[in-house]
Amino acid sequence: MTTTTSPLPNAIEVKNLNFFYGKFQGLKDINLNIAERRVTAFIGPSGCGKSTLLRTLNRMYSLYPGQRAEGEINFYGKNILDAKQDLNLLRARVGMVFQKPTPFPMSIYDNIAFGVRLYERLSKDEMDDRVEWALTKAALWGEVKDKLSQSGLSLSGGQQQRLCIARTVAVKPSVILLDEPTSALDPISTAKVEELVHELKADYTVAIVTHNMQQAARCSDFTAYMYLGNLVEFGTTEQIFFKPKHKETEDYITGRFG
Amino acid sequence: MNDPTLANVNSDHVSSEVLGIVRRQRFLDQVFERVTQSFALFVLLSLLGILVSLAISAWPVLAEFGPGFFTTVEWDVVNDQYGVAIAIYGTLVSSFIALLIAVPLSFGIALFLTETCPVYLRRPLGVAIELLAGVPSIIYGMFGLFIFAPLFAEYGQPLLEATLGQLPVVGHLFTGAKIGLGMLTAGLILAVMILPFIASVMRDVFEVVPPVLKESAYGLGCTTWEVVTKVVLPYSRNGVIGGIMLGLGRALGETMAVTFVIGNAQQLSLSLFSPGNSIASTLANEFAEAASDLHVSALFALGFILFIITFVVLGAAKYMLSRMDKQQGTKT
Amino acid sequence: MNEESTKNSAIYRKRLLSNRIGLTLSLAAMALGLMALAWILAILLFKGVSALNWDLFTQVTPAPGTPNGGLSNAIVGSALIVGACTLISTPIGILAGIYLAEYGSQSKFALIIRFLTDIMLSAPSIVIGLFVYAIAVAHFGHFSGWAGSLALTLIAVPVVLRTTDNMLHLVPTPLREAAAALGAPKWKVSLHVVLRAARSGVITGVLLALARVSGETAPLLFTALNNQFFSTDMSAPMANLPVVIFQFAMSPYEDWVRIAWGGALLITLSVLALNVLARVYFRDKVQQ
Repeated sequence: MTTTTSPLPNAIEVKNLNFFYGKFQGLKDINLNIAERRVTAFIGPSGCGKSTLLRTLNRMYSLYPGQRAEGEINFYGKNILDAKQDLNLLRARVGMVFQKPTPFPMSIYDNIAFGVRLYERLSKDEMDDRVEWALTKAALWGEVKDKLSQSGLSLSGGQQQRLCIARTVAVKPSVILLDEPTSALDPISTAKVEELVHELKADYTVAIVTHNMQQAARCSDFTAYMYLGNLVEFGTTEQIFFKPKHKETEDYITGRFG
Repeated sequence: MNDPTLANVNSDHVSSEVLGIVRRQRFLDQVFERVTQSFALFVLLSLLGILVSLAISAWPVLAEFGPGFFTTVEWDVVNDQYGVAIAIYGTLVSSFIALLIAVPLSFGIALFLTETCPVYLRRPLGVAIELLAGVPSIIYGMFGLFIFAPLFAEYGQPLLEATLGQLPVVGHLFTGAKIGLGMLTAGLILAVMILPFIASVMRDVFEVVPPVLKESAYGLGCTTWEVVTKVVLPYSRNGVIGGIMLGLGRALGETMAVTFVIGNAQQLSLSLFSPGNSIASTLANEFAEAASDLHVSALFALGFILFIITFVVLGAAKYMLSRMDKQQGTKT
Repeated sequence: MNEESTKNSAIYRKRLLSNRIGLTLSLAAMALGLMALAWILAILLFKGVSALNWDLFTQVTPAPGTPNGGLSNAIVGSALIVGACTLISTPIGILAGIYLAEYGSQSKFALIIRFLTDIMLSAPSIVIGLFVYAIAVAHFGHFSGWAGSLALTLIAVPVVLRTTDNMLHLVPTPLREAAAALGAPKWKVSLHVVLRAARSGVITGVLLALARVSGETAPLLFTALNNQFFSTDMSAPMANLPVVIFQFAMSPYEDWVRIAWGGALLITLSVLALNVLARVYFRDKVQQ
C-alpha cells in the first residue's frame, strides 16, 4: 500500500452529501475523496449505505423517482449533481459492475461492443481489437476467444462476471465502481476478480463496496467504514485495519459487531 | 500506464464528437418517449371512440322512443317500431344458462387439474382445455346448427320435457315445439365456449393458494373435497368470482356461436325451447340489410347497450381479480 | 363399541362418500370438456375433409346453386386482411407495452391503460365492427379490406400490449441498470437490451394475437364485407374466410354448406397450429 507524502489527485470529491429515499435519509453528510488510480473500499454492516453511496457516484439512483441527493459530488472538478449534467455521458465515464452478473442477451462479442458503439465509431478491425483488449484485461480472452459469437448467457457465473468487467473496461471509463462484485461467486472466481482489481488500478480509479473485510484489506489502498448512513472513519487501509481511530470501527473490524 | 489510448481517462475532457452524439441521443430519447406514449394512448382513444360514435349513432332512435325503448317488446322492421327488450332478454337468458352450466363444470375441471390429476397429465390436459378456447366461435356455431341442434331436438328436448317439463313452476320453461334451435341451445353452446375461460382462471387461482393452508387442512384429516370446498375456494373467492364474471362478459358479447342456433326470431317467450334473439345475433343478422335510418340507429343503440353492459361486467371482473392479487401481495 | 364411535364412523363414512362423489363429478366434468373438444374437432375433420381438394384452393367462391368452386379469393383475402392487421398492430402493441413497462410502470396512467386494455381484450368484437363501420365505412362510403384490418387491429393491439407489458416486467432490473451504467440512452436500453431479453415472450404474444384475429368473424361482417370475385384491392370489399363461411353455412345450398365446412376446417387448423406453435416456441426458448 502506498504511503502518501504528497496529496494524490482526486478523481471524485464528495462534499456534504445527503441522500433520501423518499422521506428516509440513507446518507448523512458524507465527505470524502476518491483518489485517482487507487482502490477505495467501502465496508460496513448491511444497510449502512455503502451501496447507496456508490450509486450516487454514477447517478444510478436517478433512474428512480423519489430518490434524491443533495450536496456536491465533484468529478474532476465538475459537480455531477447539477441538474444540467448529462447522465448518459457521466455513466460512460464512470462504469459500474453489479453484484449479480448481468450479461446482455447477445453474443459475447456484442456484449463488449454494445458499450463501445454508444460513443465511438470504430471499424470492424478496430472493434475486434478493442474486444480482445477488454477481454484480455478481464483475464477472459483465453477462455472465450473461440466462442465470441456464443451467447453471453452460456458462460459460467464467474466468467459472466468477468465479462461484465470486460464490458465496463471496454469503454475506457475514468472510474470503475464495483458493487460487491464477488459475493455471488465461488472462491476461485473471487480470487481471479480480486487479482483483476489489483491490475485495473494501474490505469483506472476503482471504488469497491464489499461485505468481506478481508477482501477490502487485500485489495484496497483506502478504506471507508460506514454505519447507518454515516461515514464513521476514512483513511488508508493500513491505518483503518491496524490503527482505527474510532471504537466503532475497531469493533466492526475485529468482529465484535456486525 | 503506457497505453496512449488511455490519455484522456484521468480528466474531465470530452471530445466534441462525443458531445454531438450525446445531443442526438437526448433528442432520440424524447422522440421515443413521445411515440411510445402516443401508442399507449391508442387503447384509451379507441375505447372512447367506440363509446362516442356508438352513442352518437344511437341517439336518433332514443330520441324517437324515449325510455320506452328499453321496455318495448317489439321489433318491427316493417313499421319502424323498435324496443330492445327482446334482444336484452335473449342476451341475458342465454348467458345466464351458460353460466349455470359452465360454472360447476369449470369448478370440477379446476379441482381435477389441481388436486386429483396425475402430475404428468396436468399440463397436457390443461392445454387441451385451453385449446377449446382457441377454437373460433364460428365453428361452435356450425357445430351447434348442424350437429347438436338436430340431436337435441330428437333426443334432448323430449327428455327434458318429459322430466323437468313435468314439474309445477319450472315445467313451463321446458315445453313447446322441439326444433332444436332456441334459447336453451344457445345457452348450452355458449356454456361450452366460456368453459375454458372460467376453468383456466379458477385453476390459476387455485394454484396460488399457499400449500401450507392446504397441508394444515389435510393434516387435520380433511378429505380432498373438504379441502377444496372449505379452504381453497373461500381463500380464492375473489379470483373465482372474477373468473366467473370474465366468462359472463364473454358470453354476453358472443356473436357467431349464438347467431347460428338462437333461431333469429323477434319474439320473447317463456319457454326455453322457443327461438329468440340476442343483441349480438340481431346485429349480425340485420345490420347488413338495415333499410331505414331508424333501423340502423336502433341497431347502433343495441351495440351501445351491449358495450356498456360488458364494460361494467368486465370492469367488475377486473376489480375482483385485482383484489385477489392484492391478497397475494403481488403488484397489481 | 359404543354409541359415540358408531356415530363418529357414520359421520366419517358420510364425509368419505361426499368426497367420492365430489371427485367423481369433477372427473366427469373434465371428461365432458375433453369429449366436447374431441367431438367438435372430429366433426370438423369429418365434414371438412370431404371439401378438401385442389379446387378449394384454386377456385373462387361459386355463385348460389352452381357446383364446384372453392375458397381461393377468401383465403387470399383473409391472408391480406390478417397480414395487414399484424403489420400494423405488432409495432403499436409492442411500443405501447414498452411505454407501460419502462416509463412510469406504476403510474396512474399506466394503471388506467392496463385496466382498459384488459376490458378491450374481452370486449364484444361485433361492437368493434360497428365502431369501425361508423368511422371508416360510413365515412368513406364503401366497405374495404382496410376497414376490416382496422377492426382486427383494435382486437389485436390489446393482446400484444398486455403480453409485452407482462414479459418486460419479467426482465430483471439489474439488466436495465447494467445497460444504463454503460451510458446507454433509455431508448437503446429499452429496445436493444430489455426488449431483446423478453424477445421470445413478446413473439409468443404476437402469435397468440394472430391466432385470435384469424378466427374472428363479427368484426369483418360490416367492414370488409365480402367479395364474390378474386381481388387484392384492399380499398374495396374483400372476400374473407369467416364471412364466407357464415354466409355459406346459413344458406340452403348443399354445395355452399360443404365448402363452408372446408373453410371451417382450414381456419381451425391454422388457429390451433398457431396456438401450439406459440406454446412450443415459448417453452423451448425459456428452457434455453
